[in-house]
Amino acid sequence: MNGTHLQVRNLSVWYGDRRVLRDVTLDIPDRRITAIIGPSGCGKTTLLKCLNRLLETGEDVRVQGQVLVDGEDIYAPRVEVTHIRRKMGLLSQKPQVLPMSIYENVAYGPRIHGERRRRELDRIVEHYLKVASLWDEVRDRLHGPAASLSIGQQQRLCLARGLAVGPEIILGDEPTSALDPRASQNVEQRLGELKRDYTIILVTHILRQARRIADHVIFLYLGEVIEHGPLKEVFGNPRHDLTRRYVEGEIS
Amino acid sequence: MNLRLVRDRAARRGFQALTVLCCVLVLPILGGLAIRSGPVLKTQPLWRVLFSSDWSPTQGQFGLLPFLAGTVYVTLLAMLIAVPVSLLTAIFLSEYASRRVCRCVLPLVDVLSGIPSVIYGVWGTLLIVPAVSALAGLGGSYSSGYCLLSGALVLSVMVCPFIIHVAREVLAAVPRGVREASLSLGAGKWQTVKRVVLRRAFPGIVAAVVLGLSRAFGETIAVLMVVGNVPVVPRSLFDPAYPLPALLANNYGEMMSVPLYDSALLFAALALLVMVVAFNLAAKAVLGLARSEAA
Ligand SMILES: Nc1ncnc2c1ncn2[C@@H]1O[C@H](COP(=O)(O)OP(=O)(O)OP(=O)(O)O)[C@@H](O)[C@H]1O
Ligand SMILES: [Mg+2]
Repeated sequence: MNGTHLQVRNLSVWYGDRRVLRDVTLDIPDRRITAIIGPSGCGKTTLLKCLNRLLETGEDVRVQGQVLVDGEDIYAPRVEVTHIRRKMGLLSQKPQVLPMSIYENVAYGPRIHGERRRRELDRIVEHYLKVASLWDEVRDRLHGPAASLSIGQQQRLCLARGLAVGPEIILGDEPTSALDPRASQNVEQRLGELKRDYTIILVTHILRQARRIADHVIFLYLGEVIEHGPLKEVFGNPRHDLTRRYVEGEIS
Repeated sequence: MNLRLVRDRAARRGFQALTVLCCVLVLPILGGLAIRSGPVLKTQPLWRVLFSSDWSPTQGQFGLLPFLAGTVYVTLLAMLIAVPVSLLTAIFLSEYASRRVCRCVLPLVDVLSGIPSVIYGVWGTLLIVPAVSALAGLGGSYSSGYCLLSGALVLSVMVCPFIIHVAREVLAAVPRGVREASLSLGAGKWQTVKRVVLRRAFPGIVAAVVLGLSRAFGETIAVLMVVGNVPVVPRSLFDPAYPLPALLANNYGEMMSVPLYDSALLFAALALLVMVVAFNLAAKAVLGLARSEAA
C-alpha cells in the first residue's frame, strides 16, 4: 500500500441511536496541514477523536469502519492502542496541563515509554520546549507548577509535551480558540513550521485561520464529508453548493 | 449611599456575625468542660491523669490512659482497614465500572451510610464478635470476641461508605480532558489513573479520609457494643478496649456519689474534644500542604 500515514475508510459513529458520522472516507495527506471545517455540532471533534481511538472511552458509542494508521486498522480487535496513540499528539480546545511541574509535563510521555536516563530527559525537555518556542519563557522555572503558566503558554507546553513522545501526526481540536490573538498567532506559526516534519490535522471553525495555514480542507456537514481537497479548490472553486455557501459565510 | 452597597455591606456583616457565632459556640463547651474538670486536676497532676493506667474511681484514682489508648487504637486500626478498601472501591467506581454498575452500587453505598449506628452494633454483636472469637481460637488463644479487632472492624464498615462517597466524587470531578491528554501520549489506563487522576485528586482524597476519620473518632454506640469495655490498655488485637466515647456514654449520670467521678468524666470529655479538634487542625495543615503541592 502506498497510501498516506492516515486513512479513514467508511467510518460511521453513533452516540446511542444518533448517527453523528456517516460513511467518512478520507486520505489525510502527509506533511501538510489539513483543516476540518464545518458548522458547530457537525462531528468535527468526533472525527478527530476517532483518529486516535479516544472515543471508545465513553459508553453507548459505536464505531464502524476503519481508521488505518500506517496501514494498520486501529479498530481491529486486539489492537494495542497505546502505541497507536503515541504516534499522534493531541492539542485540545482548552489546554490540559497535567498536575505536575513544567518539566514533568514534557518528561511524562518519554517516562511512560521507559526513558529513565536523567540526562536524556533533560535534553528532550529542553529540545521540545525550544521547538514549541517556550524555552526562553520558562527556563528559570522548569520545576514550578505547569498550572501557573498563562493559557497561551500552557497550549505551547501541551504542544511540546505531545511532540516529546515522537509522534508523526498532530491532532488539534480548535487549539487556538481559548487563546488571545497574539498567542493564537504564535501557535499557528509553530504549526506552520512543524508541517515540514509532521502531518497536522486541525479542527477549526475560523475560516480565516483555515485560509491562513491549511493546505488541505475537509468540509463536514451533519456528519458527512461534503467536500475535501486542496485549500484553493475548496475555498476558491467549491464543487458543492453547500460548501460555497459555507465558505462565503451564508451558513454557519 | 447607594442601596446596593448598603445591602452588600449588611450581607457581609451578617455572614461575618454568623461565622463568629459558630466559632464562639465551641468556646463555652470547651470552657464549661475545663471548669468542671478542675476539681480532679486539683487532686492529681495533669500528667498523672493522662498517663496513668490506674482507673479505680472508688479509690480516687482516675488514670485515663486505657481510654486514650483505646480510642486511638480502635480508630487507627479501623482507618487502616477502611482507607485502602474505600479508595480502591472509589477508584473502581469512577474509573473502571460501567455506568450500569455505578447506578446499582452508588445508591447502596448511600444507604449504608444512612443506617443508624445501633444497627451496626447489633450486626457486629451477632456476626463479627463470634467470628473474631473463632479467629482467636484458630490462632490458639481465647477471646470472647468483644475486643479491639471487633470494634475496629465494625467501625471500618461504618466509615467506608463516607470515604467511598466523597472520594468517588472527587475522582469524578477530575476533568476528562486531563485523562485524554495522558491517554493520547500513549499512557495506559492504570498509568493515567495512578500518575494523573490520583495526583490531581489528592487533596480531595485527603479530605475524604479526614472526614471518615473525624467520624470514626466520635462514633460511640456501635463500638461500645462490641469492644468489650474493660479499662486496660489493650496488648493485642483480641484484648478488650475501652474508648473514651464509650466511657462517657456508659457512665455519665451514674455513680455520681463517688467523689470527683463526674469531674473525671468531664475531663475525659475534654480530652476527647481536644483530641478531635487537634486532629482536625492537623488535617487542615496536611490538606493545605497537599493542595499547594498538587497545584
Ligand atoms: N458524548 C456524546 N454523547 C452523545 N452525543 C454527543 C456526544 N458528543 C457529541 N455528541 C453529539 O454529536 C454531535 C457531534 O459532536 P461534535 O462534538 O463532534 O461536534 P463538533 O463539530 O466538534 O462541534 P463544535 O464545533 O461545536 O465543537 C453533536 O450533535 C453532539 O451533540
Ligand atoms: Mg468540537
